[in-house]
Amino acid sequence: MAKTQVDDINRSIYNIKNEDNYSYKMQKGLDEKIVREISSMKNEPTWMLECRLKGLEMYNKLEMPTWGPDLSVLNMDEISTYVKPKSELNTSWEDVPEEIKNTFDALGIPEAEKKSLAGVGAQYDSEVVYHSLQEDLLKQGVIYTDFETAVKKYENIVKKYFMKCVPAEDHKFAALHYAVWSGGSFVYVPKGVNVEIPLQSYFRLNSPESGQFEHTLIIVDEGANLHFIEGCSAPKYNKVNLHAGCVELFVKENARLRYSTIENWSKNMLNLNTKKVIVEKNGVMEWVTGSFGSRISMLYPMSILKGDNAKMEYTGISFAGEGQNLDTGLKVVHGAKNTASVVSSKSISKSGGIATFRSNVVVAPNADGSKSNISCESLMLDDWSVSDTIPVSNIGTDDVEFSHEAKIGKISDEAIFYLMSRGLSEEEAKAMIVRGFASPISKELPVEYAAEMNNLINLELEGAIG
Amino acid sequence: MENLLKIKDLHVNAGEKEILKGLNLQINKGEVHVIMGPNGAGKSTLANVILNNPEYTRTEGDIIFENENINDLRTDERAKKGIFMSFQSPEEIPGISVQNFIKSAKVAKDEKPVRIFEFKKNLEQTMKDLNMNVEYSNRDLNVGFSGGEKKKNEILQMLMLEPKLAILDETDSGLDVDAIKTVSKGINMYHNENNGVLIITHGTKILENLHVDYVHILVNGKIIKTADGSLAQEIEKQGYEAYREEKANG
Repeated sequence: MAKTQVDDINRSIYNIKNEDNYSYKMQKGLDEKIVREISSMKNEPTWMLECRLKGLEMYNKLEMPTWGPDLSVLNMDEISTYVKPKSELNTSWEDVPEEIKNTFDALGIPEAEKKSLAGVGAQYDSEVVYHSLQEDLLKQGVIYTDFETAVKKYENIVKKYFMKCVPAEDHKFAALHYAVWSGGSFVYVPKGVNVEIPLQSYFRLNSPESGQFEHTLIIVDEGANLHFIEGCSAPKYNKVNLHAGCVELFVKENARLRYSTIENWSKNMLNLNTKKVIVEKNGVMEWVTGSFGSRISMLYPMSILKGDNAKMEYTGISFAGEGQNLDTGLKVVHGAKNTASVVSSKSISKSGGIATFRSNVVVAPNADGSKSNISCESLMLDDWSVSDTIPVSNIGTDDVEFSHEAKIGKISDEAIFYLMSRGLSEEEAKAMIVRGFASPISKELPVEYAAEMNNLINLELEGAIG
Repeated sequence: MENLLKIKDLHVNAGEKEILKGLNLQINKGEVHVIMGPNGAGKSTLANVILNNPEYTRTEGDIIFENENINDLRTDERAKKGIFMSFQSPEEIPGISVQNFIKSAKVAKDEKPVRIFEFKKNLEQTMKDLNMNVEYSNRDLNVGFSGGEKKKNEILQMLMLEPKLAILDETDSGLDVDAIKTVSKGINMYHNENNGVLIITHGTKILENLHVDYVHILVNGKIIKTADGSLAQEIEKQGYEAYREEKANG
């Protein structure tokens, strides 16, 4: 009997240990070991590892958001496989789904670039482009580099701003981001420097290590001016299907930043991205955004108008096709006097797609003389698609000008008949009407991106794929 | 003369209601036809059904264009065959410029790319001929255009797309005297021995400078009288009353 007891005790000790290991990996999906491994692979300073661990802690604490699209398709137990570094390296061009290859062809993307988009090498070409750009900017004192390099080379400045705009507590996916971030861009524009050509992250984002959890940190110092274009513009194939990037932007006094994005992730992507800006006195922030891809998107760029006269403009379009649930919008906090926000949003839904636009306007009690102007237009291309506008506002002062206008429409049969009577096919007619609807947005984009957006609309509507 | 459009015993419904009740019409190349008739007689229905507007259903009869039965062709296919309609109330299409629209239509219709320089030059000259502000070529299609500007824009499209048959659905209605003259001028610029014109109108102003071959009176879904251009003057003076009675008596 005594023997048996000892055996039991011994066995139970082993059992506990085994069980512990087992459960840790299965339940959490993501553990400290992986986070430390990422950090040590990147040779990071301790403070960055601490940021990651803080992120992990918050990730484990925070609940899944339940107020938006249903995220149950996301298997949180698999998070560790999503974040495993270099998992994309196994991807080969042959593995890319036919649909995406065809899209590449239709968009006229050259073979070499296609391969780099698929995540198999060829990023050397991109490196060249990047460096030649950088040399030109270096003369003006502009820093533009990938985020890993920035953490080492510009440690002090990164440390000063990192996690200061978007805290890990923001929401579960921001916390996840901080735990496992990899890749991304760092830009610093010194005082008074006007960067004339837009900086594009287009090329580098295609490198195998970055992509799903990239961190972007941009500081536009006093009186400086920058246009940054975010790089998921081309259809991008990802074998993993969660994107939780984070964008932290700082617009200093009298500075101006335009941040443009065209997202066209593959349709298996859950795009849970966080973007936020802090705008100081007299600063101007402009968001230009086009969301086309992903299965589910939850994306609400937030602007904190911290200084007097700070201004924010948002121009955005989303296109939800079959099986897509694009939940987008914005949040703005008017935190000082005479601050202004102007929002123009358009959404298109088709073949059962869901396009939701949420706006959340907060005007602080001290933000006298502020103005907020929101206009949303939706176009539904058929009867079974969904379009919704959900405005929320919290106005703390009477001295404010606030307006919200929402319009929901359909393409009229008369308009289609009119265009068809001139020889355009039904598909061409619809695509033309949608392109026209989207044109206030495409006008804001650099010409090659506008052309790409039009191509995407044509592909969606004319079914040129496959 | 070579036959362009032939309509045989055409019956057309709008919803459940029969609008055209056995209409016959033949237009040869080189001819200008005018259709007049009281409100609700089916004039616009005829124009729209020739281009297969989905609001109307052909229940009986045939539409033959250049000796080909086009009953089953889609609107865009008919347009590509060379049928054009100037709309009574042209749609406003935001975000698409007049120039880009006409260019796209021309590419679709001709099935070959346009030569940009030549196209622009031609477009600008045609706009000048129609007393249109050339800057309108960059404005959104019909958006914020006055009634007159919209109608001129239709004539501009007709001249640029060079159809074989142009149907003008009350293009003159609501226009001032000068604008009507411009529309007539446009028709004269367009018309030649190889194409045909079908003008649907209430008035005779638009016909003043045109050579009209036939005037048809359309009442209650049927053409009840056809004569030469002088019939238009008669209608102008006496109205349709006589024809309504004629119908009632007959």
